[in-house]
Amino acid sequence: MPNDGKAWFAKGLRDGLPISMGYFAVAFTLGIAAKNAGLTAFQATLTSLLINASAGEFAGFTLISAGASLLEMAAMMLVVNARYLLMSCALSQKLGSQTSLLHRMLIGFDVTDEIFGVSISAPGKLNPFYPFGMMAVSIPGWASGTCLGVLMGNVLPASVVSALSVGLYGMFLAVIIPPARKSRVIAGLIVASMGLSFLFSKLPFLSRISSGMRIILLTVLIAGAAAVLFPVREEGGIPEKEEAAQNAL
Amino acid sequence: MRYNAYLYILVMALVTYLIRVLPLTLIRREIRNVTIRSFLFYVPYVTLAVMTFPAILDATESTWSAAAALLAGIGLAWWGAGLFQVSVLSCAVVFLLERFLQI
Repeated sequence: MPNDGKAWFAKGLRDGLPISMGYFAVAFTLGIAAKNAGLTAFQATLTSLLINASAGEFAGFTLISAGASLLEMAAMMLVVNARYLLMSCALSQKLGSQTSLLHRMLIGFDVTDEIFGVSISAPGKLNPFYPFGMMAVSIPGWASGTCLGVLMGNVLPASVVSALSVGLYGMFLAVIIPPARKSRVIAGLIVASMGLSFLFSKLPFLSRISSGMRIILLTVLIAGAAAVLFPVREEGGIPEKEEAAQNAL
Repeated sequence: MRYNAYLYILVMALVTYLIRVLPLTLIRREIRNVTIRSFLFYVPYVTLAVMTFPAILDATESTWSAAAALLAGIGLAWWGAGLFQVSVLSCAVVFLLERFLQI
C-alpha cells in the first residue's frame, strides 16, 4: 500500500463500515437509555457526536438520571474511560515522531475499543488518515443510532424496547468474556466484580451507595488489588505467572 | 435531572476527550510503572462487569428473560461470537422468551 493519506483514508472507510454497523445497533439501545435519563433526541445525538464511548455514555446517562453532582460525573468519566488512557499510551508509540499535533488531537477524539484495535494492528507506523477514515463512517453510525434510539423508543412496542435494553450489556459481555477464556486472572476478576457488585446492591448500608459511586469504588478497589497481586509485565497483557503456567501446559 | 443537561454533556465530553488526547499529545514515552500499567489493564474488565451485573436483571420486563440473556451472552462470547452478534442475539433471547413463553 502506498503510504499516502488518500489511500489510507479509503482503507479506513472500508474497514470502518462493519464497525459503523455494529455501532448503529448498539447506539440504538444507548438512545433508549438516554431517553430514560430524560434527554432529548438532540441532546443524546450531541452527546454521541462529542463522545463516542458506549460504557462512558451509558454510565453518564445513569448518573444523569440519578441526579449526580458534576464532580461525581467527572470522576465517573475518569474511571469508566480509564482504559482509553492505556490505549492512547499504546497508540502514541505507534505514531511516527513527525505526526503533527493537530493529527494527534484528531486521533484522540475517537480512541474507541474498535478503532484502537484496528489501528494498532496496522503494519508499521500508523498513518493518521487510517483512523480518520474509520471515524468518518463510524461516528455518523454511532450518532444516528443514538438519535433513532431516542425517537423510536417511543414508537416501538414495549416487548421490543425490553429486548433492546440488553443490547449494550451483550456488547460489554463480548468485550470482557473472550479475554477471560484465555486468562484465569481476568475470569476470576469478572466473577469477583459481579459478585461484589451484587452484594453492594443488596446488602443493608452498602446498598445505599449510589450505583455510580458503586462502579467507581469497586473498579478502583478490585482493579487496584489485581494490579498489586497480578502485575502485568507482558505486552499482550497476560500476567506473568499465568503465562508461565500456560507455557508449561 | 439535577443540572442542565448540557452541563452534564459538557463535563462528559471534556473529561473523556482529555483522557484520550493527553497521552497522545504529552506522553511520548512508554509507561514503565508495572502497577499503573496493570491497573489500567484491568480497569475495563472490572468496570464493565460491575456495570453489567446485577443491573442487567432490572433492564427488561422480567428478571428471568434478562438472566437468560446474560447466560446466552456469556456463552456466545465465550465461543467466539463478535460484539454485534452477542448484542443482537442477547436481545433476541429476551424478545423470544417474553413473547412466546411469557416469562
